[in-house]
Parts: sequence; structure tokens; C-alpha cells
Amino acid sequence: MSDKNYNPNELLICIASRLMEDRATCFIGTGIPMLAASLAQKMHAPNLISIFEFGGIGAQLEKLPLAVGDMRTFNKGLVAAGICDIMEAGQCGFVDYGFLGGAQIDMYGNLNSTIIGDDHDKPKVRLPGSGGGNDVGSTCWQTIIIMQHGKRRFMPKIDFITTPGYLSGPGAREAAGLPPNTGPYRVVTDLCTLGFDENTKRMKLFALNPGITLNDVVDNTGFELIITDKIEQNDEPSVEELQILRKEVDQDRYYI
Amino acid sequence: MKVLSTGIGELIQPPDINAFREWNRTHKPKALIDKRMSEKEAVSKYLKDGYYIGIELYGTVRAPLSLVREIIRQGYKNLNCAGQGVYESDLLAAANTIKKLDWTYIGFEVYGLSNSARRAVESGFVEKVVEWSNAALSWRFKAAAMGVPFIPTRVMLGTDTYKYSAAKVVECPFTGMKLCLLPALILDVGFIHVHRADKFGNCQIDGISGFAAEMARASKRLIISAEEIVDEDVIRSQPDRTIIPYYLVDAVVEAPFGSHPGEMSGLYERDERHIKNYANDSKDELLVKDYLNKWIYGVKNHKEYLDLVGTDKLDSMRIEGGNK
Repeated sequence: MSDKNYNPNELLICIASRLMEDRATCFIGTGIPMLAASLAQKMHAPNLISIFEFGGIGAQLEKLPLAVGDMRTFNKGLVAAGICDIMEAGQCGFVDYGFLGGAQIDMYGNLNSTIIGDDHDKPKVRLPGSGGGNDVGSTCWQTIIIMQHGKRRFMPKIDFITTPGYLSGPGAREAAGLPPNTGPYRVVTDLCTLGFDENTKRMKLFALNPGITLNDVVDNTGFELIITDKIEQNDEPSVEELQILRKEVDQDRYYI
Repeated sequence: MKVLSTGIGELIQPPDINAFREWNRTHKPKALIDKRMSEKEAVSKYLKDGYYIGIELYGTVRAPLSLVREIIRQGYKNLNCAGQGVYESDLLAAANTIKKLDWTYIGFEVYGLSNSARRAVESGFVEKVVEWSNAALSWRFKAAAMGVPFIPTRVMLGTDTYKYSAAKVVECPFTGMKLCLLPALILDVGFIHVHRADKFGNCQIDGISGFAAEMARASKRLIISAEEIVDEDVIRSQPDRTIIPYYLVDAVVEAPFGSHPGEMSGLYERDERHIKNYANDSKDELLVKDYLNKWIYGVKNHKEYLDLVGTDKLDSMRIEGGNK
């Protein structure tokens, strides 16, 4: 059963949440990934191991963390360590998925969260910077990116590569020295879910969100997407998902 | 070791490991001595204009905010800073304190961008911004803590974060693989807020430890603020909990609610309304000035600050079952 009364953020959170596997180790960045992880734990993934950059591992996400270092990130947790422990676990290959956001993305899944403008020393807009983003994109086995869709966000050339996707294409990550067999896996947006073509490492349409057409996605993407015959359909948020999201995950409505 | 490339960012604080060793030999007493003092004494004694500082953990979580407010109150104008921050970095930027920044994250998380830091960078007031990842800054402290000039890592490779950093890519002499070398970061003064310390500076933290262990060991001068100064016996009853040993510490300041408006794990929640109001106000430069006048310049010390917050408010933040 579904409920048609939901907003774009709620849809984004529900779809991202479904990608979080039970028993997997997931690095959770600030914002939407926190809500998705909390929802996943309360739905299909009670044994999801959340990992937060300042030291929290395996928390029970009863209350929504508002900071990646706050005490909710290790509430009834397994470990309260420090940032080096977390980042070294990633560098050693212990982190299955990394969940990230960004302001701009290109066809290879490279992310910008540093500046808007073409001059680093005189930016039009100074954004928050890498934080743990670059570390997650460099060392987690698979990255899942969550962001709003739009031409000014999905760009042929982004202003700054903060976090590595597949860089300039096949083999580029390895050539740069990044750990083999790592990279972006999915991009979840308010319009669709995207994946990456195995050969070209370019972004391809994986599934459409309810009520969204292929044209909507193409019109809102600033570069050419790979489109195959096999496009799946994402389900609407269920009544249960929405109820848990609104009443338990974000009852104070910080994000939804 | 073959250097393949170098980031174009300025190495704001070049590491001199031998000088650091000498410093630790001559400036850090190994005897147990009483280091208690006020925020005012600690900051004026150890911080000089032009110094490079670091603040742990960040903004809304276990941050030494009574010390940050004192830095601003004393009017420092040319500090360089390791930029891993939220509210505290925004305050420092709003007070025109920072000249050069090693930047990893300055923002407001749930409330968006750091408006004062944005203005300070976009207007060119901050003269230099050098990019790093979060792991990179912590590992730079770790290298200093190990007493070595750099640490090899597998982050930042292939990105503009690397290009605008002061890191180097080298060919590993053992494996031939490409590695990103990060230079050790030795602070002139580090500031850390902890749950409890004794008067000698032995410190314990409850909950996640952020980068306290590494930054404490990377600081030429280390100023600790503590929710509570405890008897030496408390430390001795649980020495395995001591994350910062006394010999790293230069000053111990007692600062209950020292992390306000941020949280202190196990003791008190964050003051959401205060943080939210500040985040909103920070969009307007004049409102930020009003904020600084009211909460920092308008009070003499941390006690007056807490009086301004009010006992009722502070009591409402306390966590039930917390040990205060």
C-alpha cells in the first residue's frame, strides 16, 4: 500500500533507505543519509552497522543525529572511537558502503562540495568543503550519492572535484592510486536512481521515480546519460515508511 | 622516494620535527605541577597573534567554546587555523580572527553553510585557503604525534582537493604504488574540551574521542578546558581512561557547560534554539555583530556568559542520569 501524499525529500529518503543492506557496514554522511539509515534500521535492516566519521560505530539510531559527531551517532553503539579509527577502517577495506551528498556531480560521479565558480582563490560561493567526503569516495568499496536532480547540479564539468567518482573514466581511479575495485555505485535523486556503466564508467539511468518520465530526467541532466531498454520503476513510499519517517525518524521535521 | 607531483596549496605550517622534539624537551615540564588557571590567563599566556591554532572536536560537539570566546574577546586578528569546524569556526571568522586556513569542513550541518566563513573567504579577508579531507587533517596531526614529518595515505588522490592542498604524490619505495603524503601538522596552540581532568592535565573523555588524542600530541602548547577538575585519585582509579596525559598539557581551565551551546556526551544536550538562532542570524553581518557584542564582548568571562544563558536553561539541557 502506498500513500500519494509525500514530498520530494521523503521520497528521496525512502529510496536511499531501501539501498541500505542489513548487516552491511555503512559510512553515514551528514543530512539525508542519516535519515535514510535510521529509516532502514526501523524497516528492513535492523542490523545495519552505521559508521560515523568522528568515531561512532553500530549505533541504534533511535533519535536523528544532528551532527556526525553527536552522541546519537553512538547511542547504544558498539564502539565510540575516534576519527582515525574510522578512516583507517575505511582505508583497510572494512566499509561496504559510503553514503554522500554534494552540490554538483558529473557523468563519472565526481562530486563537488568545495566551491562554486572557476577560481579557487576567489570563489563565487564557498561551500563547506570535503569533510569526510573525499575519504569516503576514496576508500569505501561502494559509494551511494544522494542529491537533488537539476541541470545546475548534474553538469558536464563541475567546478571542483572534491570527491573522486570514476575521475576521467575507465582505469582513472587506479591510475591515480586509489584502491582497486572501489567507486560510485548508485546516485539517488528526487527523479530517479542512476547507476554506472561497467565499461565506460559513465552514469546510466537505472530506475525512474513514480510519476517521472524519461524526458523529465533527460531535461534535468546537463550531460548525456546512458539509457538502455531496461529501466526499472521505483516504488512510492509505503504507508509504513512514511509513518516511521514522520513519527519516529524526523519527528521534529528538520529535513522533511 | 620518487615525488610524482605536488599540490599547489601553501604549506602554511611547515613541520620541523627536530625543533618539535627540542621544544618538548625544554618547554614541557615532566613533573606533576598544578596547571589550573582561568580562560583569560591561559589564552593571554600562551596565544600570540600570528600563531597557528587548532580546536577540537567541533562547534556543536564537545568544543572548548569558553576558550574560543576568550580568544575572540582578547581581539586576536592574525591567526592561522586548522578548519574542521561548525559554530566555533563561524564565530572566529565573524570576529575577523583568521588569516590562513587549512580547510576540510566549515559548515552548519543541518542548518547549511557557514555564513561568516563564506563572507570571510569570498571577500578575500581570509588570505589563503588550503584544501584537505577530514582524514587528511587528522592524519596530519597523527604524523606529528608520531614524531615524523609526513604520513602516507590513500585519500585525496586524483582530485582537486589534492591539487589545492600542500600534499605530495609519491611512488611507494616498497610497492611502487602511488601514495598521497601528508605533511605533519604541528600546532602552536591546541584547544580541547574534555569531561574531566586533574590539576596536572591528565584528561578523560566520555564517548567518541574525535581527534583529541592526535591533536593533543601535535600541539606545542595545549590548553585544556574541562567540565570538571577532579582529584588525582579519580584519574588513578581508571588510568586506562586517560586519553591525554599531563605532560602534553600547559593549562587546565575549569569550564562547566564549556561546550554550550554545543553538547557534551552524557552530561548535557545541545541548546538547539541558540544554535538555530545563531545560524539564522549569521546570514546578516550586522546581526552577527550584535551576537558577538551580547554573548562575547558583553561578558567578562565564562561565568558571566553562563549567567546570561541562565540557570533554568542550563538545567533543562542536563541529561538525566548524567554525573553532574
